[in-house]
Amino acid sequence: MTQVTVKHLWKEFAGQVVLENVNLHVGDHEFVTIVGASGCGKTTFLKMLLGIERQSRGSFLIDGAPLPTEPGPDRGIVFQRYSLFPHLTVMNNLLLGLELHGSPLLGRLLGAKRRRAVEKARELLEAVGLQAAADKYPAQLSGGMQQRLSIAQSVICEPKILLLDEPFGALDPGITADMHALILKLWNMNKMTIFMVTHDLSESFALGTRVLVFDKVRVDPQSPEVFGATITFNIPLKGHRSVA
Amino acid sequence: MRRLINQRPGRGGALMLSMMPFILLACAYLYYSHARLADNPGDKLLPAPATIAATMHRYAFEEDERSGDRLLWTDTEASLERLLSALAISAVVGLSLGLAIGVLPYLRAAIAPFVAALSLIPPLAVLPILFIAVGLGEAAKITLIVIGVAPIIVRDIAMRTGELPTEQIIKAQTLGASTWQLVIRVVLPQMWPRLIDALRLSLGSAWLFLIAAEAIASTEGLGYRIFLVRRYLAMDVILPYVAWITLLAFGMDWLLRLVRAKAFAWASTGA
Repeated sequence: MTQVTVKHLWKEFAGQVVLENVNLHVGDHEFVTIVGASGCGKTTFLKMLLGIERQSRGSFLIDGAPLPTEPGPDRGIVFQRYSLFPHLTVMNNLLLGLELHGSPLLGRLLGAKRRRAVEKARELLEAVGLQAAADKYPAQLSGGMQQRLSIAQSVICEPKILLLDEPFGALDPGITADMHALILKLWNMNKMTIFMVTHDLSESFALGTRVLVFDKVRVDPQSPEVFGATITFNIPLKGHRSVA
Repeated sequence: MRRLINQRPGRGGALMLSMMPFILLACAYLYYSHARLADNPGDKLLPAPATIAATMHRYAFEEDERSGDRLLWTDTEASLERLLSALAISAVVGLSLGLAIGVLPYLRAAIAPFVAALSLIPPLAVLPILFIAVGLGEAAKITLIVIGVAPIIVRDIAMRTGELPTEQIIKAQTLGASTWQLVIRVVLPQMWPRLIDALRLSLGSAWLFLIAAEAIASTEGLGYRIFLVRRYLAMDVILPYVAWITLLAFGMDWLLRLVRAKAFAWASTGA
């Protein structure tokens, strides 16, 4: 059970208010999509969830505990690009999470443990349709395949929360439908909570159980930096969980 | 007529073009050597190819009267031993320190400026200090090369480590990587090909420092020999020695490039 609670959250960078008075409660196994104009703080919000940015004021709780101040295995991430390891094959990219968990000193699994891990990775590879590319390097994959691998790589460690930062933004429109089906399948398989930043409004409504719109409520034309954005719409979309 | 930037030589044409400067140089040498020797058969500046061949045959296959060594090989062995041990030390220091500086912000803050300052010291300027501190033996020569090469490798590896996409580093942490695991599974494997590049680029200066050290205090070595026979204007030794050094350097460069292409194929597929 994962509960994310945000209370009176403010974020400022050197006198510039990015987010102001954000309040939010997200229950277990939700699919939260975040939309808004660029520069309205949706990526900053995701970075705070990730643990690489801290709020200036207010509280950000996961299951009642303050958010850790660094990235960790309970919160997976898929970036738009660059989140694969170029020196590892597809299979080894996928195995990495399991190997890091199973072997603190070497970061490598051997023997029976490795065979079990490979089995698990193979199942997931099949689920994301990459079994034929297991021995290729990321640079040899298309953009869509790379993102499928990146998603699988994050999911294999079964994080409580999966963060997606415009994961399909750089892909051909033709393959986003496949990617949507894939992410919903994995979301239902792993019962995790997903936060996804996107600039595509229809995508946010197609996927989310809750759509958050970030926008500025107050604007001062003379000094635009004094007011930040907040959640202007928080739209629960019920009865959506049966999809895929 | 296509633009010049779009006109490319074929495979054979490229090979021929690449050989051209070498052939031209050889022709120019032969011409001037012949002209000078016709003028004065005792001329030592541009010896005839036959003289060079005879001298080198003596250096490579006949025992030296005084030492009983085959000089070319003892010189080569001594120089390569110095050069390779210095490069090995530089690689180990460069990789470990560079990685540490690139990965750990506290260490970076503490020693990156120091290493930067160190790398700006002209190594030849501290050669007297080395001779005084560690004597005239092998240690001084190897240390000189390490001082000249290692700081540059350290800085290069630290910079390359810093250039790894933040996304990768964050992703590894979300997969549960500790600092140690991040280094051995994500950063280090990606730095091996960079280390090879850094070594290739520092080969030139490594040879420079080697020959400088040998010229000043040594009893054998390629650099020592060149500076020894210089007194007798023995161009029939100096010229082939220079060519031999160049060939050795080229061979090392080629070998490193081969290792990089074979062992780290992922690095050359293009990201």
